Amino acid sequence: MASNTRTVTPVLTAAVVLLGMASSAALAASGPGAAAPSSVTGAVPPGGILEPILFYIVAAVTVISSLGVCIARNIVRMAVWLFIALSWIAFLYFLLAATFLGAIQLIVYVGGTLILLIFGVMLTSRSPWVRFDPPKIEIAAAAVVCGALLVTLCIVLCRAVWPATEGAAPGVSVADLGRGLLTTYLVPFEVAGVLLMIVMVGAAHLARQEKK
Amino acid sequence: MLPNGFIEQYLAIGLTHYLVVAAVLFCCGIFTMMTKRNAIGILIGVELVLNAASVNLIAFDRYLVSHEVDGQITALFVIVLAAAEAALAVGICINLYKNLATVDVDTATKLQG
Repeated sequence: MASNTRTVTPVLTAAVVLLGMASSAALAASGPGAAAPSSVTGAVPPGGILEPILFYIVAAVTVISSLGVCIARNIVRMAVWLFIALSWIAFLYFLLAATFLGAIQLIVYVGGTLILLIFGVMLTSRSPWVRFDPPKIEIAAAAVVCGALLVTLCIVLCRAVWPATEGAAPGVSVADLGRGLLTTYLVPFEVAGVLLMIVMVGAAHLARQEKK
Repeated sequence: MLPNGFIEQYLAIGLTHYLVVAAVLFCCGIFTMMTKRNAIGILIGVELVLNAASVNLIAFDRYLVSHEVDGQITALFVIVLAAAEAALAVGICINLYKNLATVDVDTATKLQG
């Protein structure tokens, strides 16, 4: 089982990287240069047929891997599924033209938070195959509750009428984000910095070696 | 090739598509939090829920408020807070393991200094 995970992970990583290149190339192709001919015909949206195809691929992998997170009963497998889910959510951000957020997702979430979680797994389990299974009845109840929640959410979302036009806005540039962070959102930005420092001190205090 | 107007009629990706994906992520996260007994498993569920919220924020930012950065900046703060939360939660899990030799949340029933 362990060797299975070990061989699967590099293959998945390679697939994720390849798709990232493909999607960024597609987005570059659907940028301002490619938008000009489509505005002449007026029939094809900026992404063309490529955008739906990419969206459905990315959405399918995201959904499958998040289902994998909740179905997997082993904590290491959950972490691997979460790795796949977070990487593909980054591609969802790229498709939404939030390129900076996608990069931050890959760097901070996949590269930082997930590694932290994996360290947590390594430090807190005697064997990676230890399980704590809840009773079957609880799993069934949770499945019913979450299924009902999902169905309700989907019905509401599909019936909702949104005020603005469905046309997608052009992506926000990193310069706009930086300007927003240093003008409108200056106070939350500084508070987030202070919070990160407090959390760093607090985490170091929590995890320190007790002196006898 | 496809008939004229086929793409935007049947295949165009709109706000609802992204919101439905986010709803699936949210429900998977809730299910994970409800059924796992491992403290780190619960943390993984929380991460999924936070990501669903970020996807919602960025989708609304793109489709509803044009030329504004509010949604993306809020998603940025979500990522920052998630990183902080994960660091503290892993610290707490390690302390739990030191005291109880397990991270099964059902065994942590005592509050004492």
